[in-house]
Amino acid sequence: MSKATLDRGVQILKEHIDAPTAAYFSSCVNCGMCADACLFYTETGDPAYTPINKLEPMRRLWEQEYTLVGRIKKLIGLSKPVTDEELGEWSDLVYHACSMCGRCSMVCPVGNDISYMIRNIREGISAAGYAPEGLIGATTRAVEIGSPMGITMHALNTQARNIKESSGLEIPFDREGVDYLVLLSSMEVINFPEYLEAIARIFKQAGKSWTISSEAFEATNSGIQIGVSDIARELVSRVVEAAEKLKVKTVVSPECGHAYTAIRWDGPNLMGRRFSFKVKHIIEVLDELREEGLLKVEGIEESCMTFHDPCQLVRKGGVIEQPRNLLKMIATNFVEMEDSGKMNWCCGAGGGVSAIEEAEGIRLKAFNRKKSQLEHLQVDTLVTACSNCRIQLEEGLEVNEMDIPVVGLTEMLADHLVEE
Amino acid sequence: MNSAEFLLWVRGPGLNIAMVIFIIGMLIRLLEIFMLGRKQNLAELRGNGISAGLRTIFTRSTPADKNSMRRSMFTFVAGYGFHIGLFVVIFLLMPHIQLIQSLLGFGWPALPTPVVDLFTVIALISLMALLWRRLTHPVVRYLSTPQDYLVWAATFLPLLTGYMSYHHLWFPYSWLLGMHILSVEFLLILFPFTKLTHAFTLFISRWYTGMMAGEKGVAS
Repeated sequence: MSKATLDRGVQILKEHIDAPTAAYFSSCVNCGMCADACLFYTETGDPAYTPINKLEPMRRLWEQEYTLVGRIKKLIGLSKPVTDEELGEWSDLVYHACSMCGRCSMVCPVGNDISYMIRNIREGISAAGYAPEGLIGATTRAVEIGSPMGITMHALNTQARNIKESSGLEIPFDREGVDYLVLLSSMEVINFPEYLEAIARIFKQAGKSWTISSEAFEATNSGIQIGVSDIARELVSRVVEAAEKLKVKTVVSPECGHAYTAIRWDGPNLMGRRFSFKVKHIIEVLDELREEGLLKVEGIEESCMTFHDPCQLVRKGGVIEQPRNLLKMIATNFVEMEDSGKMNWCCGAGGGVSAIEEAEGIRLKAFNRKKSQLEHLQVDTLVTACSNCRIQLEEGLEVNEMDIPVVGLTEMLADHLVEE
Repeated sequence: MNSAEFLLWVRGPGLNIAMVIFIIGMLIRLLEIFMLGRKQNLAELRGNGISAGLRTIFTRSTPADKNSMRRSMFTFVAGYGFHIGLFVVIFLLMPHIQLIQSLLGFGWPALPTPVVDLFTVIALISLMALLWRRLTHPVVRYLSTPQDYLVWAATFLPLLTGYMSYHHLWFPYSWLLGMHILSVEFLLILFPFTKLTHAFTLFISRWYTGMMAGEKGVAS
């Protein structure tokens, strides 16, 4: 990365203004409806958090550089240039108070994809040197150590050994020509070791071959969250190289929302080429196994359950029915949260927000949306399929003294596998 | 300039100037957008982006879901009231259709003028409600720029002067009609250089958003 300066920030921002962005800025009539769809606004009441306002520096730059009137105004000194201070100020809006959940993009009456532009304005703000410390740290660790939380292969090896000792299940590393290359998120390695064991049990029962690459086990991509495409590309390329080296058919994203987006949708575009393998979220893979009759479960959960849709799966990934199909195999008392599926409310911690220490206050405030949804539902168990959501849900529930266990869907299914 | 000369000017040279600025201005704006281009999507697609894009062009005219509508009820009611009213007035009033016919060579049936008059009132009231909201609602007031008020006025005036002409209110008819046409010309000249362009560009926005979401298998 070259040195962060205002000039560089502005240059990068300009490079990210494309035809959709120009159409979006040309279409916005400042109606304010995006605010009603954004939990950072609804839970704080602060109009600065209105989604479209988070793009104001980029909008002015577009006007000044890519419209006739804007250029004339700039020429005769009538326009307000984008300043260093302004980008610094906007850093809080686009990193702390936006999880790129994309709800605003669903309601905008003129059809603007606001979260698409947030992803791009982050590129400019980080190039200008105003990315939050927490995300810079995570990104540096991801590049240097291989994981945003600083997890190394040692930790994973230890976990594999523990699983082998407790369950006798082998965690296969670096096997060639297998069905699935399984990726993990650091969060799973540290906080939810159940996930890896669940995968091992499910694939064993289904008779599928799989492996973990010791060179690229990390699925998350801090480059996407901080908005530095060069780093995002570097992180994705590690996975791509490992997948190609091991000649796998499918790369499986873990229970993580943005990791899925990073590899499935952004990956080929970052690399500038199509992939020779498929990319699927673990929930998609499990639903395929269910369809093929390879997922044999027994026992029914009788407690009242609901599912928290990770934004990146529903609004950015089209994975909506799959978790429901799976839940219905093992739960009789499944209830939908209000606005579930495509319009689900974010947990408040996505898009890198959870990595930013200074955002803790607003992150927990944003959680109030989920809190009121859950109070209304009165469920015994909350199921989800993203470990970042899961951490935020657990913390939010704890802070609000609500006693609802949060469970990952994959491990819940593994608990119901027919014993052989 | 007497009223006859005034009317003659706004109907002739005035209208021509406004139309030329409007058409060339809009062409420039559309070129400015499309010339920026966009990168090809190399990810394996889950759905057909083209049909999804076309679909979103229409579906975005309706609320995303019931709860979103409830949350933004005021904007929806006033927004629909204004846009439907404006559409009816522009395209279904007999004198307007006659003007279109003289320009394009074809026309269509008009609605009875008293009905159009009712829609004019709906549009005027909706616009006033939206202005009130712009001035009082914390979010909309925060977002609003001088341009928002300028385009509000530029939209309100043709409706108001049209209404006054039809009812022969306060001023001689020929002056009112002249003012009405002049206010439309003002609107046309402002159009390409302000967010009034949304009337055209929103279809492009919906198309891109619907297409990009559709390629991921999401109905946007």
